[in-house]
Amino acid sequence: MAKKVLMKGNEVIAEAAIRAGCRHYFGYPITPQTEIMHYMAKRMVEVGGAFVQAESEVSAINMVYGAASAGARALTSSSSPGISLKQEGISYIAGAELPAVVVNIVRAGPGLGGIQTSQGDYFQATKGGGHGDYKNIVVAPASIQELYELTVEAFNLADRYRMLVMILGDGTLGQMMEPVLFRESEPTEDTDKSWALTGRGDRTEHNTVTSIYIEPDDLERKNNDLQIKYARVAEAETRYESTDVEDAEIVITSFGTCSRICKNVIRQAAELGIKVGMVRPITLWPFPSSEIARAASLPSVKAFLDVELNAGQMVEDVRLAVNGQKPVYFLGRMGGNMPTQKEILDRIVAIHDGEAK
Amino acid sequence: MIDFSVIIAGFGGQGILSAGKMAAEAALIEGHEVSWFPSYGPEMRGGTANCSVVISDAAIGSPVINDADVLIALNQPSLEKFEKQVKPGGILIVDSSLVKIKPTRSDIRFIPIQSSDIANELGNMAYATIVLLGCLSASTSCFRRSSFEAALYDVLPERRHHMIPANLDAFDKGASFA
Repeated sequence: MAKKVLMKGNEVIAEAAIRAGCRHYFGYPITPQTEIMHYMAKRMVEVGGAFVQAESEVSAINMVYGAASAGARALTSSSSPGISLKQEGISYIAGAELPAVVVNIVRAGPGLGGIQTSQGDYFQATKGGGHGDYKNIVVAPASIQELYELTVEAFNLADRYRMLVMILGDGTLGQMMEPVLFRESEPTEDTDKSWALTGRGDRTEHNTVTSIYIEPDDLERKNNDLQIKYARVAEAETRYESTDVEDAEIVITSFGTCSRICKNVIRQAAELGIKVGMVRPITLWPFPSSEIARAASLPSVKAFLDVELNAGQMVEDVRLAVNGQKPVYFLGRMGGNMPTQKEILDRIVAIHDGEAK
Repeated sequence: MIDFSVIIAGFGGQGILSAGKMAAEAALIEGHEVSWFPSYGPEMRGGTANCSVVISDAAIGSPVINDADVLIALNQPSLEKFEKQVKPGGILIVDSSLVKIKPTRSDIRFIPIQSSDIANELGNMAYATIVLLGCLSASTSCFRRSSFEAALYDVLPERRHHMIPANLDAFDKGASFA
């Protein structure tokens, strides 16, 4: 019988990638995600894959570009300052419509910042990060089990839509251990990759992978095609967990590790007779705007409280979705700190009593 | 209903992170939800290490502990740093071979054990944390001795299984202080 094993988040990402058929990993060390590299260095040899410690983050993302162009399932990982360095390559991958997976185990910024946990890269992950009109699919796991399942799914989504999928974790998720139950086999999808650069072989035409379109009309056609694809992804792949919204007076919005703390607060609030629900986006892009709008339209819902490990980033998307129907309050911690249950509960009580600012 | 948090803290090299993992492994065998969270900051390089373990029957919120039910301190700086985080009525277990100061708190149960001396007598300093885990198990209900034994068989490679009786001996010595 399959048995739960206790593993670190970072190691689970690496193991999940290998189980999903990833045989090309390129990285450069940075705390708090370096265990992904440690694990890959050991495991890739065992499974006959390629592990490269690149000379920089820029090299690593461009190696991903190369491997993905050839049709391989490729992965790179880093933490915030390193992800900033990768943004040029990420934009090129989006432009060339290549499937790739990038892990960001977020640490506190800006600049070198600190090495403790943060969700300060929400804007960067969901609003572009690099140049040009593009989107990445962004998944935000809240537990080690979900981290495992979404890592496998990230490779499927990347192949299905020829898009870059970013796994947006944080220092806590990368460093913590929790039980994980691995499946006997992974639901990996076989995608047609006849576009890949594998040598012309018997084909009459050679394949091209590029992000350069010099003629404005050509590029605008490409831009429009991308937007059509993004709309299709938003339609099919928006994921969230919605809990007790129907009965709620206050709805919490929160993602990743931060949402775990909120879940416990919801139990405490219930003991005080305050009904609190939660919408937890699992994909940060596409964002579950319609579920939040639906919650906002419920007469019983009086207010929203958005809780994040930053100065208020996802709260902007929540406010767009709520569209002025109800007040949206925000609680954030920064610098590597996590809010305590008491801090969040105190704010819930204040909102409930009409004393919140 | 179990909802239990412990901080284990000491010097790097004392087996702090492994001890926390063993506690989590033992509780996992009993079917509880568990989380383990290490210090990974620059203080690790300066020589101190700590980890937080949460054992619960409900889904665990934060793996980072603000208030601990138990603190196990294997050096003086750890006692000074984490003593204030122990809940009133909580337990403080210290390696009194290494920690010579007394706690300032009087609202917690203080269990000093000369675990490094005991480990020395058993012939392996690595047993110091096992002695303390024995006391943790016996003074709380967070995991049983049998689960700890099963966890040892899971975690240790087979070539180390001959050390399990000595580990259990250390565990029992610690339990006698509870």
